[in-house]
Amino acid sequence: MRKEYILTVYSENHIGLLTRITNVFTRRKTNIDSLTVSESALQGIYKFTIVIHCTDAMAVKLVSQIEKQIDVLKAFYHTNAEMIFQEIALYKVPIEPIYESDTIETIVRKAGARILEITKDYVVIEKTGHKEDTQALFEELNQFKVMQFIRSGRVAITRDPIERLSEFLKERDAFLTSLD
Amino acid sequence: MTAKKVTGSQALILSLMEEGVDTIFGYPGGAIMPVYDALYDFDKEVKHILTRHEQGAIHGAQGYARVTGKPGIVFATSGPGATNLMTGIADAMIDSTPLVCITGQVAEPLLGTDAFQESDIVGMSIPVTKWNYQITTSEEIPKVIAQAFYIATTGRPGPVLIDVTKDAQFGELEYEYEKCKKIRSYVPETSIDPHQIKAAADLINEAKKPLLFVGQGIIISHAEEEVKTFIEKTGIPAAWTLLGLSALPTDHPLNVGMLGMHGNYGPNKLTNEADLIIAVGMRFDDRVTGKVSEYAKKAKIIHIEIDPAEIDKIVKTDVAVLGDAKKALKMLIDNVNPNNHENWHNEFKKCDAIENEKVIQKDLYPTKPGLTMGEAVRIVSEKTNNEAVLVTDVGQHQMIAQRYFGFKKSRSNVTSGGLGTMGFCLPAAMGAQLGAPDRTVVGIVGDGGFQMTVQELGTIAQNNLPVKIMLLNNNFLGMVRQWQQLFFEKRYSFTELHNPDFITIGKGFGIPGHTVDKREDLDASIKKMLDHDGPYLLEVKIEKEDNVFPMVPTGASVSDVILEP
Repeated sequence: MRKEYILTVYSENHIGLLTRITNVFTRRKTNIDSLTVSESALQGIYKFTIVIHCTDAMAVKLVSQIEKQIDVLKAFYHTNAEMIFQEIALYKVPIEPIYESDTIETIVRKAGARILEITKDYVVIEKTGHKEDTQALFEELNQFKVMQFIRSGRVAITRDPIERLSEFLKERDAFLTSLD
Repeated sequence: MTAKKVTGSQALILSLMEEGVDTIFGYPGGAIMPVYDALYDFDKEVKHILTRHEQGAIHGAQGYARVTGKPGIVFATSGPGATNLMTGIADAMIDSTPLVCITGQVAEPLLGTDAFQESDIVGMSIPVTKWNYQITTSEEIPKVIAQAFYIATTGRPGPVLIDVTKDAQFGELEYEYEKCKKIRSYVPETSIDPHQIKAAADLINEAKKPLLFVGQGIIISHAEEEVKTFIEKTGIPAAWTLLGLSALPTDHPLNVGMLGMHGNYGPNKLTNEADLIIAVGMRFDDRVTGKVSEYAKKAKIIHIEIDPAEIDKIVKTDVAVLGDAKKALKMLIDNVNPNNHENWHNEFKKCDAIENEKVIQKDLYPTKPGLTMGEAVRIVSEKTNNEAVLVTDVGQHQMIAQRYFGFKKSRSNVTSGGLGTMGFCLPAAMGAQLGAPDRTVVGIVGDGGFQMTVQELGTIAQNNLPVKIMLLNNNFLGMVRQWQQLFFEKRYSFTELHNPDFITIGKGFGIPGHTVDKREDLDASIKKMLDHDGPYLLEVKIEKEDNVFPMVPTGASVSDVILEP
């Protein structure tokens, strides 16, 4: 059965590695719904958070093919239930219709959004949440004709009490030391 | 070691020397000229083979790597030089052949400007390399070359491509070389879990109809003796994959033949009767498994494999032994009980008798007028005392050669398996001869594939490599024609070839040869080819529309293997 999976990949920061990783999906005709890359808590180790729809068997294969790449340290896959995750969205809304309406306060308050900037032409509103939440706010704000809307890729953290990456890095360090 | 000041190009050549490189296959051009200039001073230490096309260089390096077990080294220039390597890189990737390819690149300031002979070879080769890297500063050269060798040759071997910009070749550095022994993000092999060995041994000791598959992993890990000891102790019949061929001597009593689409009748048929499959260093390619949903359904599966991504990729494993095949087999040998599985062997013998009557006798000792591929292959094998290195191309002749050529020694079979690259044979045979100068190297090739890389006759002649080329000519793209006959109602769509006079072409390159089309002349013709001191081209005109059987039709189960149309 196909469902949403979150893949997290820890890697060295090498040019071309992003292509190498996305190729694993391309070759298997699997679409990437969202992709976020940034430096992890460990200096020099980069973390990819990739959201895909696929079967359980495919998720297992994708992870093992990603791990096979030389510059990848470790890859995991999780269901949504196993992770806490967020996306951030920004909305640029024209000032005029907001000014004429009396609903903006309710909308912002209800959505738990916040206002980042106000100019004489527009307001920039920010909201974090799941895709449904940021999408719902978009629908609502669109009564004022949203000028720009952007949603980030997903960031996610495991619910698991065991920190599998730390465990993994301990094992890997022991292995590398054994080679000396 | 004290550092010395050298150019990037000199550092590159010195690094290759440190890695024990003795042969390089290549083709110069603008963006790699500094490297070739540095190479000029090393003509005593290293042999450079100037091919006629970069594809010839890379297949040559593959042939060299497959017979020696050492990485094949390739030089090519930027742009078309680099892109011409792609087929060989893809071939080496799928067949786990270690290669280090060095490509020249335009100078760093020109990257991304559509400069003359610029191509994004790093981007292009990502899906077909085990690793690739672009060097833009001279200082990186020793370290990256060391990593390239480490990655190409360890774990599951594969091709690595290093792209070096021209300014990095010219620049100076303080040269020091240190071999790479580890990379933080790369574990070439895991240590074998004794619990998995125990679990595997339990299954082996209980099995009534076990069958072992010999993959190329046996050859790569030098486990030929261990696999022999293992099957001799347990009495387990052993079948081989295309690339596992020659790991086990042909006449070994427990060798039951080839798996797969044109493999032997017994191993295919009985895969679906076996209660245990022990797959060693192989990847359950679709040509081996046929229809996966009906594959080995009665069997438990033990998969001994160094590449974790292969476990459960195609066939669900009951016990996975991750690690080096040689070490795993050594551990297993101590944990398994002696057995002989006599009844089970009798089932193979029954299948062998059927195949022998329906197919083998007709192929090897035909009574019909036209020459068969099988008889030509048989005679070469007999006359070389099963001691030659066999190099084949792709198609009917390949399947026939793999089926009927005999082997005594490992690393004697060089063929393009996974990618099925036509044009592989001629350059690969040249590389194999360079890797095994004291052995007879026989290239068996079809008329289609021969013409894809025929220009390498020039390289063979220039280096006077005594390669024996047996061209099996049916004036057809035979395997495609066979499928058209069997599955496309004999609609022979663009498979007939109007061929040149091959012997005249050979002579044009300075390679002697002759044509044979009569059975009574075949034996003497093959003798003449083998006895000739130097390269020789023998064209054997074979029956136009012969087919290769047995055959597991595409999409059929292995037990539905057919013996005749």
